[in-house]
Parts: sequence; C-alpha cells; structure tokens
Amino acid sequence: MISKSNSREHTNREYELELRRLREQLLLMGAKVEDIINGSIRALIDRDSELAEQGIAADRKINQLEIAIDELCMQVLARRQPVASDLRFLTTALKLVTDLERIGDLGVNICERVLELNGEPPLKPYVDLPNMSREVQEMLHEALDAFVAADVERAQRVIARDKNVDAYYTQIFRELLTYMMEDPRNIFRATRLQSIAKYLERIGDHATNLGELTVFMVKGKDIRHAGKLSDGAA
Amino acid sequence: MTANGVPKPEEQAKLVVRNLTVFYGEKKAVGPVAMDIVGQHVTALIGPSGCGKSTFLRSLNRMNELIPGCRIEGDVRLDGDPIYGQGIDPVAVRRRIGMVFQRSNPFPKSIAENVAYGLRIGGVNDAREIAMRVERALTQAALWEEVKDRLNDSALGLSGGQQQRLCIARALAVEPEVLLMDEPASALDPIATAHIEELINELSEHYTVVIVTHNMQQAARVADYTAFFYLGELVEFDRTDVLFTKPNDSRTEDYITGRFG
Repeated sequence: MISKSNSREHTNREYELELRRLREQLLLMGAKVEDIINGSIRALIDRDSELAEQGIAADRKINQLEIAIDELCMQVLARRQPVASDLRFLTTALKLVTDLERIGDLGVNICERVLELNGEPPLKPYVDLPNMSREVQEMLHEALDAFVAADVERAQRVIARDKNVDAYYTQIFRELLTYMMEDPRNIFRATRLQSIAKYLERIGDHATNLGELTVFMVKGKDIRHAGKLSDGAA
Repeated sequence: MTANGVPKPEEQAKLVVRNLTVFYGEKKAVGPVAMDIVGQHVTALIGPSGCGKSTFLRSLNRMNELIPGCRIEGDVRLDGDPIYGQGIDPVAVRRRIGMVFQRSNPFPKSIAENVAYGLRIGGVNDAREIAMRVERALTQAALWEEVKDRLNDSALGLSGGQQQRLCIARALAVEPEVLLMDEPASALDPIATAHIEELINELSEHYTVVIVTHNMQQAARVADYTAFFYLGELVEFDRTDVLFTKPNDSRTEDYITGRFG
C-alpha cells in the first residue's frame, strides 16, 4: 500500500492493474538486488569463487528489470497522467530503479574483487568487514521493506544507520593502511579489500536514498540534503 | 504566483468570499464557502457533476438571481465593495465581472457587432472609439489576426474555437476586472482548446480569471490556484502545484487520482 487512499481502487481497472504490475516488478527487482548483495558478501567471507561468478551473471536480470520498469513508468505517465499519490509513486519508482540498479552493479564489483582476492592467500582474518556487511545488508532489507509497507518511520531508521556504515569504512580504511605501510606486498590485497569496503559504503548510501524516496512517496516531503540546502532556500 | 509558480510580491485577494451559501428553494446547493481569489491569477474550480462549482461561479457575478427560487446568503467583495450590498445594481457588477459560457453563443450579427454589443448597451456611441475597442478586445482574445479582414461577416461563420474566442472578446470589450469562465473549452477540439488555454494564461496578466472545468489536466495546466468542490462543500483550496502533487484531504486525493467520480 502506498498510502491510505491507495487502498481504494481506481475506477479504471486497467490503470489499477498497471500500477499493481509496476509495484510487483519493483519488488522483484529489489529481491534480485538483495540476492546479489547477500551472495557477494558470502562469496567474500567464504572465499567462494563460484558464488562470485553467479553474482556477476545475475546482474543481467536486474538490468532487464530496470529497462522494463522504466518502460512501464513511461507508459503510465503518457497514458494516465497520474497525479497526487500516484504521481509520487511513479516518480519514486523511476528513481528507485536507478538506485537499485547501481546497488546491483556494486554487488558485481564486490564479486569481481573477490575473484581477484581468491587468487591470493588471505591477507588477514576479517573482523570489521563482516560487521559492516551485515549492517549494509540489513539497511538494504529494511529500506525495501519500508518501501513496500510505505512505512516512514522504518525508512527514517534506515537513514539514521548510514553513519554506522561510514564509521566502519573509516575504521577499515585506517587498518588496511597499516598493512600496506608494513609490507608493500600487501598492497594488492589491501587495495582490493579497501575497494570492497568502499562499495559497501556506497550501497549504504543508495539504501539511504531508498529511505528518503520512501518518505517522499508517502508524505510528499523532500528530506534529501537536509540542512545542506537550507542556507539559500528555506 | 505566476503561471510557472514563482510568487509575486504584490499578491492579494481581488475577490473575497465569506460564508457564501446558495439555495435552490429549500435545498442547499453549495456552501458555506470562504475563499480569497487572488487578483491577476487563474483560479480553477473542479469537482464532480453536481458538486456546486458552477453555482458558486455564477454567484460571483450575481447570475444566480436569474434562476427562479435561488437564494443567496453571505458576502462577496470585489476590491472591498460588497457585490450583494443594498442598492447595488447587478448589471454594474456584471460589467466588472464578465462571464464566458460553455457553449459559445455569438449573436446572429457581424463579428464586429458582436464585440461592440456591450459597448453600445453601455452607451458608447462614438464609431472610432468602438472600432478601437473592438480591435483591442479581439487582439486580447487572440482572434484579431484571423478576422481583421472580415469583421462584417456573420459571427456564425466562424469555427467553434473562433466563436468561443469571439465570446471572450465580447466579454473583454467592456473592460471587466474579473472574467468567469464556465467550461470554456469543453466543446472544443484539442487544438482549439490549446488556443483557449494559452489565451487564459495571457489574460491573467491583466485580468483575474476564475474557470470551472471538468478536465483536471486543464486545471493543472492553466490555473495558479485550484479549488476542489464536493457535495456542495469547498473541500480544498490551494496552489495548483500543491493540490495536484500533495493534496491534504483524502477526498481530493481520491477524486483527482480517479478513485471515484
């Protein structure tokens, strides 16, 4: 349900069906993206190259869904001229797919780095990276659930968690730096791990975007760049 | 606000409506309505059939009095002057607040005479003055270029869209301050409709326009402000961009998204 009034059906059945199909496609895409991220993290921690290859292959389906959803949005916009909550749902969907597609790409990037790392012995036991991964996975999961349930409070909790992810990134970066300074032979693996941490940090940012989009969709209030625009505008 | 949503500093109410209620016999048709209609802007009235929007529109220039059994309570002020005040001449009110109807209704006269009609009734006799004001009104109604070489032809030979613009010119000739329009484009094809909508936009530079429309996209396109009426009640009145992206009332939401009506 997008909002209270969306529980009521359109007088026009065809329109109602189009919106329902759009929602289903978005949920499907969200689920596929979650699969890739979860798989890429497992591939990292278990050093599982086969799983990493699977993740890279699965991205094709996500790209196809992105195109299909964009097309559906265009059709509804052209033929139905949606307004109010329907319009907010449509514009949110258009942005949501971009974030989802980027998250999928970052999952692929993780898989690629995992394949490179698996060609070498482990640099060190992972401590912070699994914790950071879990935080990011939960954020993504919660952000998608908040969108489905049109739950503003849940979306806002996702947004609040982004600072944890940023803190993990800083911590991991600092630690990897010490390994690189210690021995130049560590640099190849350390930079791969640093990249993965950066990808995770970016996924956290995209999950934050999903949360902000959900708040806009439900309340019609733009909460992006809070405080940063207030000098000129409000 | 201008058409593109940028607020003008001098924004103020041209028409102030307070507690306006219209009855047909014993039955209340609409109200009580309170509304500030901003000068030199376009305000659209939308809502399902029978919601009272046309009745409300007609009460803004005392046209309802022509309907038997109609009774009006409340107050409407034009620049502070009460239009329902004691001893106020309805004809004088209608000269300041003109009206254009759904079906174009040109008189079976020449194009020029249609536009000059209100002037002659108002006592203007000077031929040069009339010719000048006819040209100005036709120009304002974006019709001058199309008819300047055949001003003495019958108005009935014009296309539907041209006839409607002629009626707008006729209303403009007496130089009103407010223009009320009751579904002015509902009988026109999309191109003629686009002409009328563009014209409404231009007219709001000088006039205060209030338009009733069944076409919500039309309200979204032409109006700076939109009012939603439902079951004789003014449900919501806001800037058009707000009303169509983030309506406050769930009835507005349901109506404009097509969930009833």
